[in-house]
Amino acid sequence: MSQDIYVLIEHNQGQVAEISYVMLAAGRQLAGIHGSQLFAMLLGYQAQGLSLDIAADKLLYIDHPALKEFAQDAYLLTLTEIIKSRQPRVVLFGNTTIGSDIAGAVSIALGLDLASSCRYFTSDGKFVSQICGGKIMAEGNLSSGTTLLTMVPGGYKPEEGQSEHPPVIENFSPPVLDNLRIKNIKFIQPESFDIDISKESILISVGRGIQTRDNLELAENLANSLGGVVCASRPVIDQGWLPTTRLVGKSGKHVKPKVYIALGISGAPEHVEAITGSETIIAINTDPKAPIFDIATYGTETDLFDLIDVLVEKVEAAKAS
Amino acid sequence: MKIVVFVKLVPDLVEELTVDPGGTTLDTTWLRMIINEFDDHAVEQAILLKEKTSTQVIVIAPDFDGVDEVLFTACAKGADQIIKLTGDFSSINNHALARAVASRIKILQPDLVLTGVQANNDIDGSIGPALAACLNQPFVGYVSGVTLEDNTAIVQKEYPGGVIAEMSITLPAVLGIQAAEQPPRYVAVSKVRQVMKTSNIDEQPLDELDNSGFPEVTRMFQSETSAHAEMITGSPDEIADRLVSVFKEKGILQRTNR
Ligand SMILES: Cc1cc2nc3c(=O)[nH]c(=O)nc-3n(C[C@H](O)[C@H](O)[C@H](O)COP(=O)(O)OP(=O)(O)OC[C@H]3O[C@@H](n4cnc5c(N)ncnc54)[C@H](O)[C@@H]3O)c2cc1C
Repeated sequence: MSQDIYVLIEHNQGQVAEISYVMLAAGRQLAGIHGSQLFAMLLGYQAQGLSLDIAADKLLYIDHPALKEFAQDAYLLTLTEIIKSRQPRVVLFGNTTIGSDIAGAVSIALGLDLASSCRYFTSDGKFVSQICGGKIMAEGNLSSGTTLLTMVPGGYKPEEGQSEHPPVIENFSPPVLDNLRIKNIKFIQPESFDIDISKESILISVGRGIQTRDNLELAENLANSLGGVVCASRPVIDQGWLPTTRLVGKSGKHVKPKVYIALGISGAPEHVEAITGSETIIAINTDPKAPIFDIATYGTETDLFDLIDVLVEKVEAAKAS
Repeated sequence: MKIVVFVKLVPDLVEELTVDPGGTTLDTTWLRMIINEFDDHAVEQAILLKEKTSTQVIVIAPDFDGVDEVLFTACAKGADQIIKLTGDFSSINNHALARAVASRIKILQPDLVLTGVQANNDIDGSIGPALAACLNQPFVGYVSGVTLEDNTAIVQKEYPGGVIAEMSITLPAVLGIQAAEQPPRYVAVSKVRQVMKTSNIDEQPLDELDNSGFPEVTRMFQSETSAHAEMITGSPDEIADRLVSVFKEKGILQRTNR
């Protein structure tokens, strides 16, 4: 086994995903600890151009039409080849729509240990993962063999994984990629009929704590009096109470308003990663241990149903005075 | 067509979570377990497919406290067969579950396996991709729509920012469901009770569980952050006053209504 650290670069429709840079930053830390080199792995088709700002010692580039966009079976065949031949110390994947789909399969296929949702590594190289919606952390040592990890954002700044100097490119021949069972048909872009919440400066965001569709009116009233816009966490969108254009989070939009008011939102990592760019976060949640309070500027444990009407009245009064 | 849905129970995050005195696992003494919400979506997706095409739906779940109700509820929604895997699952991980469930699935030979894209206590990856690898089948996760055509599934896979990839997968395959095409349906408790009288849970013991595939956890702890919100206390009136002054400080009250 080598001591080198390998990072899978994630990309979609010609854009490198931000998690890739987060992993490169983490990988750099690990390479320092293990006194080894940091390798980025880029699987694609005529995609060398994506490697320009990747902060790695070397970039392993694998070119094949079947790798143009992510497909789990083609990636699995390719990655198992690379890992078998290179035997890295650590392989980092995103805890994402790409990385999560393959890390577990690589782990079973090659009999390698996998830890998921790693947020950061300690200075002595232990992984620290977050579970239970961000309420619990689990720390552990890397296994003796090649260890696979999936990473969540939040522990490293993406800029730390970017460089002005392109990495040295090494080509790696792809394995035979025939008889694949997964095919990309097309990409469907998000609807654009609605306002763009990522550009709004006042957001009133509702979570499952709002309980019913009718109660959304409370949030709308507050939004109207503050001149803001209503958005939501995933469960509210999945209920069909608001269009997907209003989804804040990992699968929706990242937002950066002046004021973000979270009504009945627990602060799951998939939600939090998208709101940390807000100037001020106000969280209203009856659970004192809700993780949203860890990132909010102001918080209150009051029941939102006792507070919102009063708050709207006071805002109106303040505007009139 | 035959669809197997794998379902598991996870800690209810609304309850207080504590770490076991041993310091490396969750304390399960008072832990309330509920169905993993994404598995609930997987059940719903299977039932929706059954309603469109003649499909047999089998729901499998390992024996955690409260699993009978989860299985009977799935049955009340339309599942044709419910299977409970019995054994000691107190310290099981997804690698062990995947191997064990794969051995059952090999016997059932379904065309499609659905499970939730992730669970809140996953620590060695989500179960779907591991299960697919054990079965040597393709896997697509983050799925929010499924259509079946002959021996293929056409799925919608979610990417960040609302982008969706439409993909085709040759069956048999495993899918990780993020959201069903419609929210999981509600079934009345009375209907679940009725099902309890008329249907049976098929119990299947699992003996050897192989937990290998996960690095050892040396410490588990409650999330501790350096920063915490400034908490505003008092009556709703007082809290509202304080929030209005925050809005003023941020200069957002001068705005006129849109
Ligand atoms: C792959 C993947 C992608 C995801 N992407 C996203 C995403 O883009 N965006 C997203 O939001 N989630 C996403 N999720 C889901 C995420 O994991 C959480 O399930 C979700 O964010 C929880 O939403 P919530 O906070 O509204 O609900 P819950 O976690 O159920 O929290 C509800 C909160 O309301 C509080 N509450 C209840 N009643 C009241 C009251 N009367 N007054 C005040 N507070 C009250 C409770 O204390 C609780 O904290 C994703 C999950 C997966 C697996």
